[in-house]
Amino acid sequence: MGDNTHKLEIFRGFVKFKSNQQKIWAVLLFLSIVTIIEVALGITKPEILMTTFLSAKLINWIFIILTLVKAYYIAWDFMHLRDEKSGLQASIVITLIFLIAYLAFILLVEGNYIYDVIYEGFVSWNF
Amino acid sequence: MSVTISKKIEEEDLWGGGNRPFKASYGKLMMWFFIVSDALTFTGFLVAYGFSRFKNLDSWPIADEVFTHFPFLHGVDAPMYYVALMTFILIFSSVTMVLAVDAGHHMQKGRVTFYMLLTIIGGAVFVGSQAWEWNNFIRGEYGAVETKGGQIYQFVNEKNDKRVALKDFAISNPNDRLQHEKRNGIWFYNESTLPSYTVEEVIGGFNSNPDLIIKTEKIDEKGHKIKLTREESLQKITQAKHVVEGANLIRNEYGNRLFADFFFFITGFHGFHVFSGVIINIIIFFNVLIGTYERRGHYEMVEKVGLYWHFVDLVWVFVFTFFYLV
Repeated sequence: MGDNTHKLEIFRGFVKFKSNQQKIWAVLLFLSIVTIIEVALGITKPEILMTTFLSAKLINWIFIILTLVKAYYIAWDFMHLRDEKSGLQASIVITLIFLIAYLAFILLVEGNYIYDVIYEGFVSWNF
Repeated sequence: MSVTISKKIEEEDLWGGGNRPFKASYGKLMMWFFIVSDALTFTGFLVAYGFSRFKNLDSWPIADEVFTHFPFLHGVDAPMYYVALMTFILIFSSVTMVLAVDAGHHMQKGRVTFYMLLTIIGGAVFVGSQAWEWNNFIRGEYGAVETKGGQIYQFVNEKNDKRVALKDFAISNPNDRLQHEKRNGIWFYNESTLPSYTVEEVIGGFNSNPDLIIKTEKIDEKGHKIKLTREESLQKITQAKHVVEGANLIRNEYGNRLFADFFFFITGFHGFHVFSGVIINIIIFFNVLIGTYERRGHYEMVEKVGLYWHFVDLVWVFVFTFFYLV
């Protein structure tokens, strides 16, 4: 990677930078804002977001999405994935997303099932 | 004739190690291999946490009620602020790392040195913060009792709805019970540290203190821990079998036993990564200082260790979300 191969734009070209350093500070600012939003939501816990949506609280979905957004910018700008070949990007990201989503899906469904068994079963676990 | 020769050289380049798949160097690709596999290890931990949590969905401890400490603010209920601060520290050290990589691309030894130093300091501060967090977690603040069935009962003052520590109500009932040590036994058994109070002392104090009620592990529909009435509490307290203060791998005062286990394993494994990252950063820092990469003509080593460092930051983002927020 030479000196001038950095792609100096984020948000799909919405924001452009003159130097790589500028971009780094901007990404830091963005990540900080997202973290502050997360912490603020976590502390205030607005009642409106506590409703259940797709078997989890709305606030938890927001946390997960904001985390993925943060992960994207850390990987793309701090780990320079934005400057790598698309083949390398794909082989890292697709592998991880597939395996993680698969593992999370089977284990969370199983955990939920065991919860139901314990909850509705005839055996008391609270003695 | 000349055409054949150049073609021969190209083939040697291709099969002799000169070829760079994805235009990334060998070292960088191997670092990515490591990161992907390590990410899956962390996935295993976090998904196992999710499994246990889904399994005990109606009785899992609420992180806001567990991690409430902030340095120099004793007795102030400050959930989340401290981990948020830790997150900022780690993101900031990530930024100084990426600035060091950038300076390396421009072959500016002085700036690489400076930013690497800042990164090391940031990492060390983070590991220290984690040690502080562990210390608070292990020591605990209020104490609780555990029943025969493994339920944790915490104590709340009915009047002001505040948690009450064991030391504030347990009666003192002096006895001669000593901790059994290896040297006193026939065989090499010893027992773990005795809690400050016996079960009888806690029950006695509870019965003579009419304001106290029990806070159970169970969560109601609104997501709050269910508290018993005074009458129910008096009945339930008789089932107490252990006094629990703080946390260890067997039982903890915060609730489900697995909660403390996952806390120790996930944040411990992550903290170990940060610690090794700091060590590697220190090695690279000294290599920068003595001019190894200046002579080599490029600072790619800084970039590779940077990849690892950002990965550690990336993992923390997920640990933060799934352990402290969700």
